[in-house]
Amino acid sequence: MKYLPLIWKSLWRRKVRTTFTLLSIFIAFLLFGLLMTIRAAFSLGVDLAGLDRLVLIHKISLVMPLPESYKGRLQTMPGVEIATHNSWFGGVYQDPKNFIAQIAVEPTEFMEIYKEYKLPAPQMKAWLEDRQGAIAGKDIAERFGWKVGDRIPIQATIWQPKGGGTTWEFNLVGIYDGEAGVDKTQFFFRYDYLNENRAQGEGLVGWYIVKIKDASQSLKMAQTFDEMFANSQAETKTTTEKGFVEGFAKQIGDIGSIMIAILVAVLFTILLVVGNTMAQAVRERTSELAVLKTLGFTDMAVLALVLAESLFVALVGGGLGLFMAWLIVQGGDPTGGFLPAFTLPNRDIVTGVALMILVGVVAGILPAAGAMRLKITDALRKA
Amino acid sequence: MLSFFTQIFSVAWLSVRTIRQRIGSSAVAVVGIAGVVIVFVAVLSIAEGFQAAMKNAGQPDRALIMRGGASDEMSSGLAGDAVEVMKQAPGIRRENNQPLASSELYVIVDLPKRSTMTSANVPLRGIVPITPQVRYDTRIMAGRMLTFGTNEIVAGRGAASQFAGLSVGSQVKTGQVTWTVVGIFEAGGSVAETELWADARVVQGAFRRNNSFQSVLVRLESPEQFTKTKNWLTTNPQLNVSVVDEAVYYSDHSANMTTLIRRVGVGIAVLMAVGAVFGAILTMYTAVSTRTREIATLRALGFNTTSVVISVLVESIVLGAIGGLAGGALAYVAFNGYQTSTMNFQTFSQVAFAFAVTPWLLAQGLAYALIMAFFGALLPAVKAARLPIASALREL
Repeated sequence: MKYLPLIWKSLWRRKVRTTFTLLSIFIAFLLFGLLMTIRAAFSLGVDLAGLDRLVLIHKISLVMPLPESYKGRLQTMPGVEIATHNSWFGGVYQDPKNFIAQIAVEPTEFMEIYKEYKLPAPQMKAWLEDRQGAIAGKDIAERFGWKVGDRIPIQATIWQPKGGGTTWEFNLVGIYDGEAGVDKTQFFFRYDYLNENRAQGEGLVGWYIVKIKDASQSLKMAQTFDEMFANSQAETKTTTEKGFVEGFAKQIGDIGSIMIAILVAVLFTILLVVGNTMAQAVRERTSELAVLKTLGFTDMAVLALVLAESLFVALVGGGLGLFMAWLIVQGGDPTGGFLPAFTLPNRDIVTGVALMILVGVVAGILPAAGAMRLKITDALRKA
Repeated sequence: MLSFFTQIFSVAWLSVRTIRQRIGSSAVAVVGIAGVVIVFVAVLSIAEGFQAAMKNAGQPDRALIMRGGASDEMSSGLAGDAVEVMKQAPGIRRENNQPLASSELYVIVDLPKRSTMTSANVPLRGIVPITPQVRYDTRIMAGRMLTFGTNEIVAGRGAASQFAGLSVGSQVKTGQVTWTVVGIFEAGGSVAETELWADARVVQGAFRRNNSFQSVLVRLESPEQFTKTKNWLTTNPQLNVSVVDEAVYYSDHSANMTTLIRRVGVGIAVLMAVGAVFGAILTMYTAVSTRTREIATLRALGFNTTSVVISVLVESIVLGAIGGLAGGALAYVAFNGYQTSTMNFQTFSQVAFAFAVTPWLLAQGLAYALIMAFFGALLPAVKAARLPIASALREL
């Protein structure tokens, strides 16, 4: 500890150089934080998807509907806690570029299965009382300035209303919230309202969500369901919700690898910058280091001094950069609904700190070793 | 006056010639700038490639008819008898008295993606015998066209390369239907190459669509006929349709995705550039400080400050140009033509495309490198100009 002032003094020996090195590292870790956030956002909340929730889709593909009647059969299966269905609405709010997921659900079952969506009890009650009622996520409500009580018109694309026209009207009865990472950009409304008022497709639903009692049985249960509906007019394909979400994320492409490739390029460059700075700092101070050794500093102490300097630069610059990234991420999804799960995962913060230490050590080790090996006589003579 | 320029030139040439003596710190600047250029070019080439695939799909003399209000083929639906009415619209090109109107279905089937072997949403298009004349920009490149009335399919080149099990002669099972792949087609690198094509009648049966279609693609006599045809179709009381220019349809669908990729790409590149400029500043400071005595000597000999400032700038810009060219070349070799696929959110279906490192992107990358190098050299150049000659000569 008593060497701290010494380290501090030698760091600021060249103010400009240290400042720019700090800034380079700052930028590198700011990028690290942001890219990791993008990577997590494109995995679409895989971490939050439940292992005890199974998703049943039509065997041919997601867009083929399933009959409403499967619900009864699923509900009576042993091991099933609760079964419900969702239907994709795909309507347009104001402009086709506003991408909003609108899903027709059965409110009671839905909220029972998705405990992570927090809806105040009076709003839930209002939803159950109003057929035209709908709830929206906090983020999307903020984006469009929706308040509870608003009437929200949505243009039909797939499901035309029976009464003519193309507009469906919903009453916003509630706004749900949730922890960081929960998708708060969705719009849920009642399936019975859709089913009674659509021109065609009565009794058809998009996919089923089944909550099972024992998550360890998920594979077996999935198989049982698929066998039950085999050779029927609508065969199913069942996966865990986690598997389903992962599969969906993989369809977008390997964003994760692209982000990591970019980061490798960034960190490699930073390593060069810091390494070069440290090498130069040691070169300039050859005689000073020799004096230190003459005064009785051991080889190890000199090694530690130089390493500490490089670690300090890496940790301070990197720490500030990562903190800055965290601050920016708190501002939420900048794309307007395209990346709902926009958060910096804790494990990436830990990785970031580990990388800072790595950069500090790798950049400092060669110059530090050089300093350690200095022969007092040679070094003093050079000056 | 002449000597002024000669001075500048000789001092600049001196600093460029001596870069080799400062190879370590110069390499840092070059690698830093090259890294930024690689990332910049690579990320934007994704957007370019995706956009090209979507843009190539649209032909100016084709119009797409969907149900009124439908924003894409996936959500559209048209009854078979309404389709017959549409074929009567004026402005539709006719060959052998047949209107070039292709009534199609657009559904999705689950097939494994080659790269991950996880299932992907592959678009399956139901086509009719007249379709090849409407989609005249497609060509069978291997095998043959499917025989109508059978379970045969032809696969686009992109689909065949991105999804497993799509070679001529192989069989694909979707639900209870087994299809036989009899041909591979190409469509100028456009999004159509990600599709599988089958007989619309067979698709209607397999997907329980009765006698309905999802869209009608018509070939017009000329692009100028579009308004006439559109007006006739949209004002016909028997029909409820929307008519869009095919090129507009595809460019609208690619807008969200390309904007997102561009924003992310430019954002990353700007941040990285700031980092690289700091790297360049450090390098140039080092260059100036190792040459302190040399610069002071030049000044003492009577060389003016301008030539010293310019020599620092030139040195940095030369390093920037090396970085920019190296980065661009690496990005081109590594990424141009790289085949991949992603999901089009409008239709939840896969789009295969190739990264496109265009000359324009390379030029932008190089310009970007030079700008970074210029800003990196500004402060060190000022420092070099302000060197006090007397004390600088004494240094070291």
